Amino acid sequence: MSDYTAQDYKFGQPRWCPGCGDHSFLGALHKAMGELGVAPHNIAVISGIGCSSRLPYYMNTYGFHTIHGRSAAIATGAKVANPDLTIWQISGDGDGLAIGGNHFIHAVRRNIDLNMILLNNRIYGLTKGQYSPTSVRGFVSKSSPYGTVEDPFRPAELCFGARGNFFARCVATDMSAAVGCLKAAAQHKGASVVEVLQNCVIFNNGTHESIYTKEGRSKNAIYLEHGKPMIFGENREFGLMQEGFGLKVVKIGENGITENDILVHDAHCKDTTLHLKLALMEGPDFPVALGVIRDVEAITYNDAVHAQVEEVKQMKRYHNFAELLETNEIWEIK
Amino acid sequence: MANTDKTQNLDQIVVRFSGDSGDGMQLAGNIFSTISATVGNDICTFPDYPADIRAPQGVLTGVSGFQVHVGAEKVHTPGDKCDILVAMNPAALKTQHKYCKPTGAIIIDSDSFTEKDLQKAEFKTDDPIAELGITCEVVPCPITSMCQETLKDSGMDNKSIIRCKNMLALGLVCWIYNRDLSLAENMLRAKFAKKPEIAEANIKVLNAGYNMGHNTHTSISHTYSVESNAEKKKGRYMDINGNKATAYGLIAAAEKAGMRLFLGSYPITPATDILHELSKHKSLGVVTMQAEDEIAGCASAVGAAYAGALACTSTSGPGICLKSEAINLAVITELPLVIIDVQRGGPSTGLPTKSEQTDLLQALYGRNGESPIPVIAATSPTNCFDAAFNACKIAVEHMTPVILLTDAFIANGSAAWKLPDINEYPAIKPPYVTPEMQEGWSPYKRNPENDVRYWAVPGTPGFTHRIGGLEKSAATGAISNDPDNHHSMVETRARKVANIANDIPQLKVEGDENAELLIVGFGGTYGHLYEAMQQLNSEGKKAALAHFQYINPLPSNTAEVLKRYKKVVVAEQNMGQFASYLRTKVAGVRIEQYNEVKGQPFTVAALVKEFTKLMEE
Repeated sequence: MSDYTAQDYKFGQPRWCPGCGDHSFLGALHKAMGELGVAPHNIAVISGIGCSSRLPYYMNTYGFHTIHGRSAAIATGAKVANPDLTIWQISGDGDGLAIGGNHFIHAVRRNIDLNMILLNNRIYGLTKGQYSPTSVRGFVSKSSPYGTVEDPFRPAELCFGARGNFFARCVATDMSAAVGCLKAAAQHKGASVVEVLQNCVIFNNGTHESIYTKEGRSKNAIYLEHGKPMIFGENREFGLMQEGFGLKVVKIGENGITENDILVHDAHCKDTTLHLKLALMEGPDFPVALGVIRDVEAITYNDAVHAQVEEVKQMKRYHNFAELLETNEIWEIK
Repeated sequence: MANTDKTQNLDQIVVRFSGDSGDGMQLAGNIFSTISATVGNDICTFPDYPADIRAPQGVLTGVSGFQVHVGAEKVHTPGDKCDILVAMNPAALKTQHKYCKPTGAIIIDSDSFTEKDLQKAEFKTDDPIAELGITCEVVPCPITSMCQETLKDSGMDNKSIIRCKNMLALGLVCWIYNRDLSLAENMLRAKFAKKPEIAEANIKVLNAGYNMGHNTHTSISHTYSVESNAEKKKGRYMDINGNKATAYGLIAAAEKAGMRLFLGSYPITPATDILHELSKHKSLGVVTMQAEDEIAGCASAVGAAYAGALACTSTSGPGICLKSEAINLAVITELPLVIIDVQRGGPSTGLPTKSEQTDLLQALYGRNGESPIPVIAATSPTNCFDAAFNACKIAVEHMTPVILLTDAFIANGSAAWKLPDINEYPAIKPPYVTPEMQEGWSPYKRNPENDVRYWAVPGTPGFTHRIGGLEKSAATGAISNDPDNHHSMVETRARKVANIANDIPQLKVEGDENAELLIVGFGGTYGHLYEAMQQLNSEGKKAALAHFQYINPLPSNTAEVLKRYKKVVVAEQNMGQFASYLRTKVAGVRIEQYNEVKGQPFTVAALVKEFTKLMEE
C-alpha cells in the first residue's frame, strides 16, 4: 500500500489552455505517483522546453525545467549520478524527437532507467503552430502553408530502432489506461517510453480524433494486455491474427474463427517484430494499439555503470587519491 | 659507465627526437625525460604530434616530434631550439631541422636516406643537407642496421627488430649526455612487463646505441652532463602532463568535497586524454560517460550536478560552442559545474593538434544573456592540478559553473611534479541546506555574505522545489517575468561571481622590482614569458612579469599592479583578447600588445627581441 495519494504530488495551478491534453495527463501522473508511493523528495521530474515541459512546475517533487531537447541527456546524467532517484523525463514531440532526437534514441539505446514520457500532439504549440516531426505528410500549419512534404517519425519505430525495451501508448484523456501505462513504465527497470496521444485545442484540434473519446476508442483502438487475446470492437467482436508477415483483423464467429484463434499479446517477447507491427497499426483498416506494447527486462545503464565501479574497486588496489599517486612511476630526490 | 675526461658540464640542454609517427619517438623522449628527472634535473617536455594518425611511412605530414628541456635549475619551457636533434628519416630532417640550434648537432639514421626515402620526403636532389642549407653539424649513424645487427640472433622477425631502433637513438643520446642506462632499463622492463622478451630486446639495442657512441665517439667530440642542483627540492616526484594533472585535480577535489566525481564528455582533440584518464579510475568511484555528442556531454554533467555530483565536462573550442546553452542553464539555475576547455587552433576545426589561447572571449562572453562565469587559466602542465582543484572548489562553494582554460601545449607537455600532500589542500564545503532552514526556504535564498544560494539536492526530505531555465523570483523561486526582479537577479548573479575575488590570491609580480616593462600574460604561456623576463633581467633590462591564472573575476589588486608600471605589454597567443578584456576592466592604463597565432608555443628568443624593442621605444 502506498503512503501517499495523488494530492501529495500536486503543486501550483497549471497554466495550460483549457482543454489541453496536458491537464488530463498531469492528473494521470499525480494519480499514478500516488499509487506507486515513491516519496515526493525521491522523485525528480525533468523536462525540456515546450507546453508539456512546463509540467515540473505542477509537481510537488524535485523538478527541473531544462533547455530545449536536452532533457533526456540531463536526466541520464542525474540518474547515473544518483541512481536512488526516480526520474520522470517529460518531453513533447518537438522537444523529444526534433531538437532532442539524438538524446532520445541514445537514452533508449543505453537503457537508462528513466520514465520517458513523450506527449505527442503533432504540433509546436508554444511557438504558436508549426508542424512537428510527428505531423502527417501534407499537414498545413503556419510554417507549412501548402502542406508538409516530409514523412513523420513514428515514435515506436524510433524506440525499437534504438533497441528500446519498453513502449506503451495511451490517450491523455483516458485516465485509467494512462495511469496503467505510467505505473507499468515506472515499474519497468530501464528506459520506459510512454507515448501519450494528446490534443492541442488551439493549433491542432482533433489530431487524434478517432480515438480521443471513449466511444471512438471502442471502435478504433485496441487495449493490449500481456497474456490476453487481442480482441477489440464495441462488442468485442473483432480480433487480430497473423497473416503471412503481417497482421489481419478478423471477426470472431465468422469463417469458423473462435477466440482461440486470436493472437495472445506477449509484451515480454524479446523479438520486436510483432511489437512493431502492433505499434504501427492505424485506421481505417486497423485499430490503434494502446497499453503496454513491449515490456522486456534487460540490464540498465545505471546498474551496469555502478556494478562496474564496484567490480573495479575489488580489482584495483588504490581507493583514494593518495593511493592513486603511488600507482605512478615515482622518483625521490633525497 | 663514466665517460672520458672530455665531458663538459652544462646548465641546460634541449633534445628533440623526431621520426615517423610509428618510430617510437614519444617513448624515447619520455624515457630520456624521466631518467633525467630521476637524477634530479628539472624537465619540461613538448610532444609535437602530427594531425594525421598514421600517415604513409616517410612522408612530411607523418612526422612526430618530442622535445625535452633538461636543466640543473628550474626550467619553464621545453626550449626554443635543441642542442641535439634526432631525425630518423629525411621527412623528419626536412620538417625539424629548423628546431636545431646553429651550434647543435643533428643525428640522422643514415640507413633511411635512400633515394626512395628522399623522394617520399619530396627532396629534389640526393644531398638533403645541402638542399636544406643546414649549417650545423650532421652526424650520420647507421641506426637501423646497427639495430638489426644487434638483434640478428634474437629470433625476432625483421619488423619487430626495426621497431626497436628508437632505443638505439635513445642509447646514443644517453651516451652523449652521460645518462645512467639502468634507469631506462627499469622503465623498459616495467613498460613491457607482460612481454619480457621485448623488454630485453629493447634493452640490448639501447646498450648497443650507448656503446656505439662510446666506442666510435660517433664524430661527436664531447660528451656532456647536466648536474643536478637537487638540494632545494627534496621530495618525491613523477612526470605528469597537463591533461593528466587536470584529471588528478578533479579527483582530488571530489575527494575533498566528499562528492561523487562525474565526467560527461565527447572525444575531441586535444582534450580526450582527460576522459581516458578519468575512465581508468573507477576504483575511486569516478563515473565517466562518453555521451552521444558535445551537447549531451555537458547536459549530462548538468543533470549530474543537479543530482548532487561534482560534475565536469571536458572539451576543446568547438565543443564549447555546442555546450554553451547547457552551460547557461547551470548559470541561471546556479549549479556547480566545471567545464574544461583544452584550447586548440581555430576557428572551426582549425588546427586540432596545435595550441592557441583563442577561446578566452568565448569563455568569458560566448553565451546569450548576461551570463557571468568564473574563468581560470592553468599556467603549466603541473599547474593544471591546482587549477582544476580550484575550479572545483569555486564551482561548489559558489554554486556556479566555472570554465577552466588549458591548451594543447600544456595539456600534452609534461614536467616533473612534486607529489602533492592532499591533506595540505583546503577543504571544499558544498553549501547544502540544513534541516533547520526548511521553514520558509526557497531555491534562491542566499547566504548574505557571498550571495551563494543554498543547495537542496534531490533526495533531501522537506526541500522539494522546482528550478529551470526560466527566470525566477528571488523571493519565492516561482517563474517571474517581473522587470525589477529580473534586473535584480542579473545583478545578483554578477555580484555572486564578482565576490569570488575575495577567495582568490592576489596578483603576484615576479622579476625586477623597479621594472620599466611589465610583461602580462595568462594561462599556458607562463613558462615562456617567465624565461623571457629572466633573460631580459640577465641582460640588465628591467622587466617584470604579472601572469594571470584567475581571469574572471580578476585578482582584486589588478588595477593597482598594472598602474605601477610605465609600460605594460600583454603577450598572448591570440589577436589581443586578454588585452582588450583588461582594457574594459582597468581604466587608465596604456596596454601594448604582442600577439602570435601560429599554433606553436612562443619562443623565448622572439619574446626577448620584441620586449627589448618595446623597451627601447
